[in-house]
Amino acid sequence: MPANGAPTKITQGSHTKGGIGESTLRPDGTLKVTGEFAYSSDMWHEDMLWGQILRSTVAHAEIVSIDTSEALALPGVYAVMTYDDLPTEVKHYGLEIQDTPVLAHGKVRHHGEPVAIVAADHPETARRAAAKIKVDYRELPVVTDERTALAPDAVLVHEHRDDHHIGHVPHPNIVHRQPIVRGDAAAAAARADVIVRGEYTFGMQDQAFLGPESGLAVPEEDGGVHLYIATQWLHSDLRQIAPVLGLPEKKVRMTLAGVGGAFGGREDLSMQIHACLLALRTGKPVKIVYNRFESFFGHVHRHPAKLTYEHGATRDGKLTHVKCRIVLDGGAYASASPAVVGNASSLGVGPYVVDDVDIEAIALYTNNPPCGAMRGFGAVQACFAYEAQMDKLARELGLDPVEFRQRNAMEQGTLMPTGQPVDSPAPVAELLRRVKAMPLPPERQWESSEGADVRQLPGGLSNTTHGEGVVRGIGYAVGIKNVGFSEGFDDYSTAKVRMEVIAGEPVATVHTAMAEVGQGGVTVHAQIARSELGVSRVTIHPADTQVGSAGSTSASRQTYVTGGAVKNACELVRERVLEIGRRKFGSYHPAWATAELLLEGGKVVTDGGEALADLVDVLEGEAVEVEEEWRHRPTEAFDLRTGQGNGHVQYSFAAHRAVVEVDTELGLVKVIELACAQDVGKALNPLSVIGQIQGGTTQGLGVAVMEEIIVDPKTAKVRNPSFTDYLIPTILDTPTIPVDVLELADEHAPYGLRGIGEAPTLSSTPAVLAAIRNATGLELNRTPVRPEHLTGTA
Amino acid sequence: MRVNFTVNGRPQQADDVWEGESLLYVLRERLGLPGSKNACEQGECGSCTVRLDGVPVCSCLVAAGQAEGRDVVTVEGLADYARQRTQGEGEGTSLDAAQRWQAAGGTDSRTGEGGALAPIQQAFIDAGAVQCGFCTPGLLVASDELLERNPNPSDADIREALSGNLCRCTGYEKIMDAVRLAAARQSEGV
Repeated sequence: MPANGAPTKITQGSHTKGGIGESTLRPDGTLKVTGEFAYSSDMWHEDMLWGQILRSTVAHAEIVSIDTSEALALPGVYAVMTYDDLPTEVKHYGLEIQDTPVLAHGKVRHHGEPVAIVAADHPETARRAAAKIKVDYRELPVVTDERTALAPDAVLVHEHRDDHHIGHVPHPNIVHRQPIVRGDAAAAAARADVIVRGEYTFGMQDQAFLGPESGLAVPEEDGGVHLYIATQWLHSDLRQIAPVLGLPEKKVRMTLAGVGGAFGGREDLSMQIHACLLALRTGKPVKIVYNRFESFFGHVHRHPAKLTYEHGATRDGKLTHVKCRIVLDGGAYASASPAVVGNASSLGVGPYVVDDVDIEAIALYTNNPPCGAMRGFGAVQACFAYEAQMDKLARELGLDPVEFRQRNAMEQGTLMPTGQPVDSPAPVAELLRRVKAMPLPPERQWESSEGADVRQLPGGLSNTTHGEGVVRGIGYAVGIKNVGFSEGFDDYSTAKVRMEVIAGEPVATVHTAMAEVGQGGVTVHAQIARSELGVSRVTIHPADTQVGSAGSTSASRQTYVTGGAVKNACELVRERVLEIGRRKFGSYHPAWATAELLLEGGKVVTDGGEALADLVDVLEGEAVEVEEEWRHRPTEAFDLRTGQGNGHVQYSFAAHRAVVEVDTELGLVKVIELACAQDVGKALNPLSVIGQIQGGTTQGLGVAVMEEIIVDPKTAKVRNPSFTDYLIPTILDTPTIPVDVLELADEHAPYGLRGIGEAPTLSSTPAVLAAIRNATGLELNRTPVRPEHLTGTA
Repeated sequence: MRVNFTVNGRPQQADDVWEGESLLYVLRERLGLPGSKNACEQGECGSCTVRLDGVPVCSCLVAAGQAEGRDVVTVEGLADYARQRTQGEGEGTSLDAAQRWQAAGGTDSRTGEGGALAPIQQAFIDAGAVQCGFCTPGLLVASDELLERNPNPSDADIREALSGNLCRCTGYEKIMDAVRLAAARQSEGV
């Protein structure tokens, strides 16, 4: 049995069809194309009621009174609940800090905060009843930015903080602060021949997963409840839900319903507790489905950020130092803000060698919408800023931007600003080389014998140009993202694997609580089981809380950690199977005792290829089952004063080249191509790997040119909570995305793999911005870029 | 009110329909056909796309009453619809065909195996165009309609036809691949 993290030594599985390394197809693919896959919003139960949430219409206010009488009197209404109806003393929840009220009490702190909940026999009845609840607000001044948050007379968003960060933050409106100091940045600045400074703004991005927050809570005979839910982490939800309901965790059964995307937006609870409360109150199943408007209020967003950077370099193109300050707007509740601060600071320099750094990252409490996890998690905002700085420096030095990056690129053995050595391949220069080497798309592709095909021009079918004023630009960027939960978090996964004979065939069953949110974890689990156990038939058990935690489908960690747990459990099952084989058949052939034994093609074989027994015979009358936790190497907290510490377990790298065409007269951008090169360690499923890279790239494109939640700076109210006004890339906005996949094994990780989901979201945005700067010559210190920023009319 | 219309070749009747209900709501919540998806309910995402008398529409923007007496095809009926188109059958489903539909359509509820798929459905699986899958039903209906009227679309044609269908997972590349694959298989008669 290899210890955690040891490289695979044996050749087990290399001959098994449908194992790792193959582009096997999704086990849920057929259900998903026939419409039969049951998403959380598809749940249905006889006699079920519909839940509805009443949300605050103002961002910051005292609640003077709530009158529910008219709502309760409406025919078809079964229950109306407010804070006063909560069943226990636990009335708050949260991922790390329990600061989020289940229902508002005395005060609301952001626009759209849940105030009351309703259950009725028709969704429209529930909506109308919610509208009849009278809430009398006395408005308070709003905290919306660093100035209003940290002013001497600033209103405190949370008056009575007792969380574990309050002791080290300089102001109670700061959730968490993480400095990282290494070397002597001031002294190093004196050695710099060139210094560039910049202030950058990153807009608020929404995950915009398509499957709305939804689920069905069914009351059970034992007084408990069964929740069918779309989430990223069943056990994290459970830990937060059960105390509010006053139930032991075993009486809150959770089953993963189909998840329509997540991207970080389902790390926090949304309607989970509300549905359970209403189900327990009414004794009937309760379904809640947000519409898109409510979804914009129902989950946290990506932190908007202000970033101030100073970079220095010598004339020969070597970085001397980096100073930066990153201010993240965490909104009204903490959510994942502390961990986002840890990422923004520790990854704030990017994938470069810099010995002297002075970094500070903070997250604010404000009355803006709460912000938390989204794909890229703190590393995205920093990458946008440091890559803009790298281009500025290259220009000042008269160097090619790729060449300048390559001169400073980190490699295996480089020390991070945290002092942590990068102890696996870090092919930053190579990824840049590869992405630059890809052939460029031809110029003026819109031209045809019949004139301009406007569909291929900026503005598209709006027919705004036939090529006049259109300028091409090219830009490059590269980024670094951590994989897995960091800073000392006990980041484990559990897998239960069973092997038995069913209908005359050896079958493996894999049971985990992993949230399949679309990423393809279920595909990979089946591949791992085939490779490790030499069977063709693998059943993936539905994810639920009847098995131990699989951790979150976040941080690019699931293939690494739950995949690692499945591999580990399979290895233990394999040993048990071989023990049974030795017991039953060992006396028939000496190889049982002397050879290295593998499971291949439904047989026990020697590493020389000699078959010793059929698995059907070995397992006849015996099933083998193992449930086991698995951990990656432990990490450490960052020192609160210096930021030093081995905080991350693995890093992931991607580089992009963007080619854009800009209608410089109207400020319209068309991204022509967005090429990506990424090191994935080992592509367990190449088709899925490329799908992740292309999807992540496109989310980065979105926040480069269109995606932003607009919050009114005077009222802190959200102005564009709809797909009419919050735009995500359509198929017309999205270019071809050629992908070059590099596989350099990380010897510490299962199969040498590297978490892949987030890295492509980082460098995509700054590459597009660089290309637009290249086309227009404009500074462009904010993202997303809108037409007014390109035409000087902002 | 009561609404009578044909869904996937079968006459359907929905009772006690509130006048404000959309066709999407009636399909999903009253007729047990949740395949058409509810990602935005404001006509922006295309995940609820169905054919209404052959025309692709956002079923969230069609009042249920507007479907009275009309023909609706959803993702659940796409395989049958494609098969009938290939076989050149007329409108409606014969008793014989309906009986066969029961048998052929009998998919395993866990694995989805056993049911015949429309070529576009198979192409989406093969090309890796499905991740979370929430956009998939609408994209399948829209793509199938595109290939019905334009068996040999250019990339620009595909992008134009599918521009009303949002996908957040794939970056659309594999969706392009799937439509190209279905078109190629169609032209080869595979």
